[in-house]
Amino acid sequence: MESATTAAVSAVPVRPWRLLRWMHVIGREMTTIAITIFGLLLITFLIARVIPIDPVLAVVGDNARPDVYENARLAMGLDKPLWQQFAIYVGKVFQGDLGKSILTAKPVAEDIRRVFPATLELATLGTLIGVAFGIPLGVAGAVAQGRWPDQLARIVGLVGYSIPIFWLGLMALLLFYAKLGWTSGPGRIGIAYQDFVTPVTGLILVDAATQGEWDAFRNAVSHLILPASVLGLFSMAYISRMTRSFMIAELQQQYIVAARVKGLSESRVIWRHALRNTITPLVTVIALSYAHLLEGSVLTETVFAWPGLGRYITTALLNADMNGVLGGTLVVGAVFIGVNLLADIIGRIFDPRTR
Amino acid sequence: MMTTWSAYLRSDAPTSRRQARLCQLWRRWLALRGNPLAVIGLLIVLALLAVAMFAPLIATHDPIAQNLDQRLRPPSAAAWLGTDALGRDIFSRIVHGARVTLAIVLLVVVTVGPIGLLIGASAGYLGGWVDRALMRFTDVFLAFPRLVLALAFVSALGPGIVNAIIAIALTAWPPYARVARAEALVIRSADYIAATRLLGASSWRIVMRHVVPMCMPSLIVRTTLDMAGIILTAAGLGFLGLGAQPPLPEWGAMISAGREQIFDQWWVATFPGIAICVVALGFNLLGDGLRDVMDAK
Repeated sequence: MESATTAAVSAVPVRPWRLLRWMHVIGREMTTIAITIFGLLLITFLIARVIPIDPVLAVVGDNARPDVYENARLAMGLDKPLWQQFAIYVGKVFQGDLGKSILTAKPVAEDIRRVFPATLELATLGTLIGVAFGIPLGVAGAVAQGRWPDQLARIVGLVGYSIPIFWLGLMALLLFYAKLGWTSGPGRIGIAYQDFVTPVTGLILVDAATQGEWDAFRNAVSHLILPASVLGLFSMAYISRMTRSFMIAELQQQYIVAARVKGLSESRVIWRHALRNTITPLVTVIALSYAHLLEGSVLTETVFAWPGLGRYITTALLNADMNGVLGGTLVVGAVFIGVNLLADIIGRIFDPRTR
Repeated sequence: MMTTWSAYLRSDAPTSRRQARLCQLWRRWLALRGNPLAVIGLLIVLALLAVAMFAPLIATHDPIAQNLDQRLRPPSAAAWLGTDALGRDIFSRIVHGARVTLAIVLLVVVTVGPIGLLIGASAGYLGGWVDRALMRFTDVFLAFPRLVLALAFVSALGPGIVNAIIAIALTAWPPYARVARAEALVIRSADYIAATRLLGASSWRIVMRHVVPMCMPSLIVRTTLDMAGIILTAAGLGFLGLGAQPPLPEWGAMISAGREQIFDQWWVATFPGIAICVVALGFNLLGDGLRDVMDAK
């Protein structure tokens, strides 16, 4: 039925003005993204070259010999005017060259490719937990406005906005790992299992499952569950709060009254009619919370000794590895922009009103 | 005396501008007082102010005096919340830490509020290319997660409490600009703005005297709600060793110091975290309550 309608629609010749408007919208979006990416590069460039009193010292360290210092200065192109330095920097970034890390002595881009899957795995599971609990909680809060499910949703939201994530991580380790022994401690997988899984995708759960190493899989899950739950709580706080307010707005609409008058069951009205219409803003909210988990992962990964992007940035920071810090920052910013764009596109596909 | 005051405040027909303002404030206070969660939030915030103000009187020990034969003692009558790895009294350090937290929050808000307000109000009122340019600029900053950008700034500026404050301020202003712009967009088309313009007022005067004051209520709400976020970011920087440096009793740094003993001497890291939670919760509750009160315009 649905495919028949789509076919019928696409059979209608596209009117030229509509095509033009589409191109206009796409063009405007592209310009916005281009400007944002340009700004992103400008900020990281300014942080690297302009804010430090001596950018060379920030790269080679305080105790460098004069010839090392001079070589680094020339290698960084600091004898050239600032705008030329910026142009060179942008050119390098677009070739995938983020400089060399003084900590690992490898290109930063290579380091990031290696550590990124760990963060991706953590943030994805955290978001899934947040969605699985946050949406029902938000719906319950909206339906039972003012009664106990609503109060519960409110408390979860407030707690999520008030607890320092690194402290919650420590407390979770203390309780579930040290006192109760329910989960594994810090790290991504036990040392005993480390060599069983060959990294293919870098996502340890996927790798272990495809290679049939189920003991390693279970061990990885018991390592992952604690940091993912800590992140998930924060994502849940945000998602449930937004779901609640979207649902309240939706439940006041006329068509909900019509559906009830028609005699539909309350659960059908809520889940099939009201919730369905909140999907577009919800997708944006979930995307935003996903992007924010990247930020939360900086602190969480430090607590759980998780070898991901967040820990890479903080280790680079503590070792004065400027290229590592800025490479990581740039990647996080780019992912942020990408996720927002994706949410926008998905929203447009789901909701014909925004087209 | 009381009756005249209450009559003055409850009057439906204020006779002066001051009375009108006080009446409005009074009505908002009554609404806020009716919300128990907001009152709890207000009490927490007032308690934080009191503790910060009278820290030396409340603290039982010197917060930075080391006492190496009293290391890592559990909570007791002598040290209410135990002692840390250098034998310092944790209760006294938390009490003095209230000063550090309050100082960070206030300094960030004092810098960020006016900048965000001015950028947002100008963009919204002037419109056109000024608006587009300023909002693009804001969007670029919003494209970074706050903590990561603050980390990058601290990496360039070097660790330390002043640099942490600068870094947080540099990353905290965009939402303020957004809020102020949204308000200004509504205000600019109001009749009284047109009237002021007809009287020959300059754009600068209209923005400063007529647009900015109208943006204040929503900005105050935004600020209160933002305080918790600022506290958490500052604590995060402290935890990573990039904010306040030892021996300053900053709560995030205290948690970081207790990390090594977390499984054996749990109290070292636990209590500063509770302090952060309580204070952040206080600002969130108060902010929520203020938003409900201010929205009922």
